[in-house]
Amino acid sequence: MSKILIRGARVLGGEPQDVLIDGETIEAVGSGLSADGAEVVEAGGKVLLPGLVDLHTHLREPGREDSETVLTGTRAAASGGYTAVFAMANTFPVADTAGVVEQVYRLGQEHGYCDVQPIGAVTVGLEGRKLAELGAMHESAAGVTVFSDDGKCVDDAVIMRRALEYVKAFGGVVAQHAQEPRLTEGAQMNEGVVSAELGLGGWPAVAEESVIARDVLLAEHVGSRVHICHLSTAGSVEIVRWAKSRGIDVTAEVTPHHLLLTDELVRSYNPVYKVNPPLRTERDVLALREALADGTIDIVATDHAPHPHEDKDCEWAAAAMGMVGLETALSVVQETMVDTGLLTWAGVADRMSVKPARIGRAAGHGRPVSAGEPANLTLVDTEYRGQVDPAGFASRSRNTPYEGRELPGRVTHTWLRGKATLVDGKLT
Amino acid sequence: MQRHLISAADLTRDDAVLILDTAEEMARVADRPIKKLPTLRGRTVVNLFFEDSTRTRISFEAAEKRLSADVINFTAKGSSVSKGESLKDTAQTLEAMGVDAVVIRHGASGAPYRLANSGWIDAAVINAGDGTHQHPTQALLDAFTMRRRLVGRDAGIGQDLAGKRITIVGDVLHSRVARSNVDLLHTLGAEVTLVAPPTLVPVGVERWPCEVSYDLDAVLPKSDAVMMLRVQRERMNAAFFPTEREYSRRYGLDGERMAKMPEHAIVMHPGPMVRGMEITAEVADSERCTVVEQVANGVSIRMAVLYLLLGGNEPAVSHARTTEEK
Repeated sequence: MSKILIRGARVLGGEPQDVLIDGETIEAVGSGLSADGAEVVEAGGKVLLPGLVDLHTHLREPGREDSETVLTGTRAAASGGYTAVFAMANTFPVADTAGVVEQVYRLGQEHGYCDVQPIGAVTVGLEGRKLAELGAMHESAAGVTVFSDDGKCVDDAVIMRRALEYVKAFGGVVAQHAQEPRLTEGAQMNEGVVSAELGLGGWPAVAEESVIARDVLLAEHVGSRVHICHLSTAGSVEIVRWAKSRGIDVTAEVTPHHLLLTDELVRSYNPVYKVNPPLRTERDVLALREALADGTIDIVATDHAPHPHEDKDCEWAAAAMGMVGLETALSVVQETMVDTGLLTWAGVADRMSVKPARIGRAAGHGRPVSAGEPANLTLVDTEYRGQVDPAGFASRSRNTPYEGRELPGRVTHTWLRGKATLVDGKLT
Repeated sequence: MQRHLISAADLTRDDAVLILDTAEEMARVADRPIKKLPTLRGRTVVNLFFEDSTRTRISFEAAEKRLSADVINFTAKGSSVSKGESLKDTAQTLEAMGVDAVVIRHGASGAPYRLANSGWIDAAVINAGDGTHQHPTQALLDAFTMRRRLVGRDAGIGQDLAGKRITIVGDVLHSRVARSNVDLLHTLGAEVTLVAPPTLVPVGVERWPCEVSYDLDAVLPKSDAVMMLRVQRERMNAAFFPTEREYSRRYGLDGERMAKMPEHAIVMHPGPMVRGMEITAEVADSERCTVVEQVANGVSIRMAVLYLLLGGNEPAVSHARTTEEK
C-alpha cells in the first residue's frame, strides 16, 4: 500500500483537514478526501507539521558508539518528529575528510529513519589551525554545506575569516561554536551569583558574546553568511539583532534547554545539568524566547549530545558536558513558546523545519504541507501532557535534564518521504 | 542538625551555637590526663582524602580517636582512584566495609554534596573541604576561636557573634574558607568585610551577605578580627596580581598595619601560611595571632560535629547537653 490518508489533522495548527500521501509525495490537502485504497490515520485534531529538521545533532558514530550510533540517533530523531538531522563533526575520527562524511551519510541512508546530513569540520582535527578540505567534503556524496568545529571554537580570527570566505564558492556556511577559549579555561558553569556560591569555575557570557561580535563583523567584511550555534545569553541576542539590522547575513540557533532551564539547577551539583554553553539565568532565558519569537534567533536546534551513564554519574567537574534532546525538543518548545503564546504552530514549523532546512540547504525538507511536496511530515498530539521517562527513549543515552518533569505534546507519527518511521508513538 | 555537614550555609544559628558549645565541652577533655571519650566506640569513620591535606586529616583523625571511633584513612594517591575508579565506586566499596561516616576532602566543588545526595551511600557525610566551595568545619573552628577571644570562654556559652566585625583578606575567589566563613559568620550575627584585589573577588559576590572593600588600611581600624587567607604565588602567573611584592604591599599584613587594628583585635589564619606573602613573620609570631590556637580548636570542633552527627542522644561528656536542646 502506498497511499496514506491523514484524516482531520490541523495543518500547522489550522482548521482540521485531510492530507493524502501517495508514495513519497503529498498528493492532496483538503476536506473530505477519499480514503479509497489508502491506509487511514485518524489524526483527530492533532497538529501536522513538516518533518522537523535539526541543524545540530551529535550522533557519535564513528568512535563513540557506546553513547550513540547513527541508527540509535536517527531512531531517536524519528521518535522526536525529525526527518532530517545534521550530524556534528566531532567524532573519532573527526569528520574532516570526504571519507568520514560519506560514511556517516551512507549509514543514515541505509537505516532509513531520518536523513543524515553530515557537517564537516572547519579545521583539521578540530584543532583550529589548518582548514580541512572543505571543498572535497562538499563535492563528496555527502554534499556537505555546513561546516563547524562544534565543541571547539574557531577562535583564530584569520582562520575564521578564511573559512567564511572559502565556503562562499559553493554556498556553504560556517556554524560557529562561540566560546573564547582563554576566558573559559576551567569553566564549569555560567559565571554569576550561583557560580560564586557554588565555587564552580565561571563561564562568562562575554566569552560567547565577544566571539559572536567578532564573527558577525568578519562575515560583514567578507560578505559571507555565518551561523551561530546554541546562542545562550541576552547579550548575544542583542549582538545578533544589531547585526541583522545592519544587513549582515547571520543566522542563529537556540537549544530547547536554554529556553527552559537556568543555572539555579546547578545547585544540585547534578551533572545532568552540565552543558556547553552552560545554562544561564532567568533573564537570558526570557530574552532567548523573545528573540526566537521575533525572529532574531532563526531556529531551534537540539545540540543532542548523548553521553554514557558513567560520564554523568560522578562529581560535577569530572562529568561530560551535554544533554540528549531529540526526543524532548518539540515538547520543550511547546511548553516555552506555544503554550506561553509566543509562537503559533506555524511559527514552530518555521523555526524547527523550514528555516533549519534553508540554512543547511537540505533539499526536500522544510517544505510546505501542500500537494506535490515531499511527504516529510510529523503529527503531534498537542493535548497530551506527561512525565518524561528516559527509559522509553530510543537514544542509546539517557542524559536528559527532564527526567520526571511534566511536559506537553507528544509526537505520534513521523513520515519520511511517505514512509512511516513512527506510528502511534512506536518506531517502525 | 541535619544528617550531613556539607555547607556552613546549611546551619541555623542554633545549630551553630550548639556545635560551638559542644566543642567547649570537648575542649575540656583535652585538658584531662586521658584525652578520650567512649562516645563513638564501635563506630567506623573513614577519612576519604582525594586532595593532599595533612593538617585537616590529622585534625579529623585526632577528633575521631578521642571519641573512640575506629578510623580508616584513605588517600587517593596509590589507591584505585589513581587507576580510574569513580567516586561512586570508591564510596560504595568503603561503605560495604561498614562505615558509619565519611569525612571527605575533594578537589571538585560539590563532591561531598553528590556523595550525600545521590543515593550512592547511606553513611553520614562530613565535608572536609571541596574545591573552592565549602570547608564548614574550618568556619566553625574559626567562629569558635573568635567567640573565645572576643566574647570569652565561659561568657560565650550559648552566645553568637552578634555585632562583631570580621575582616577576611586575600584570595576570596579560590577560597572555600572565605565562602564558609561568610555564611557562618553571617548566621552568627557578625558583620563581615572581604578585602582583596578585585581580580580575586568572584563575580556574583554582590549577593553575599557581606561588604567588599579593596582597601585594607581603611578596614583594619574597624575590625575585631582579621583573617588572612593564603595566597598562592602562582596566581600572579594568571594575572590576578602583577607580582608577589605588589600583593604584599597592598594586601599583606605586617606589623605596621597590625598596629592600626584595635587593641583587642586578633589576627587569624587558616594555614598553611605563606610568610612574607600575605603575612609577615612579625605578625604570624605575635601574641595577637591565633593560628596555633585555631589548630587546637579544630580538634574540639570536629569532635563536636562527629558527636552531634553520629552520637545520637547519649551525653558526650558527663552533664553535657543533649541534641534535644538545640
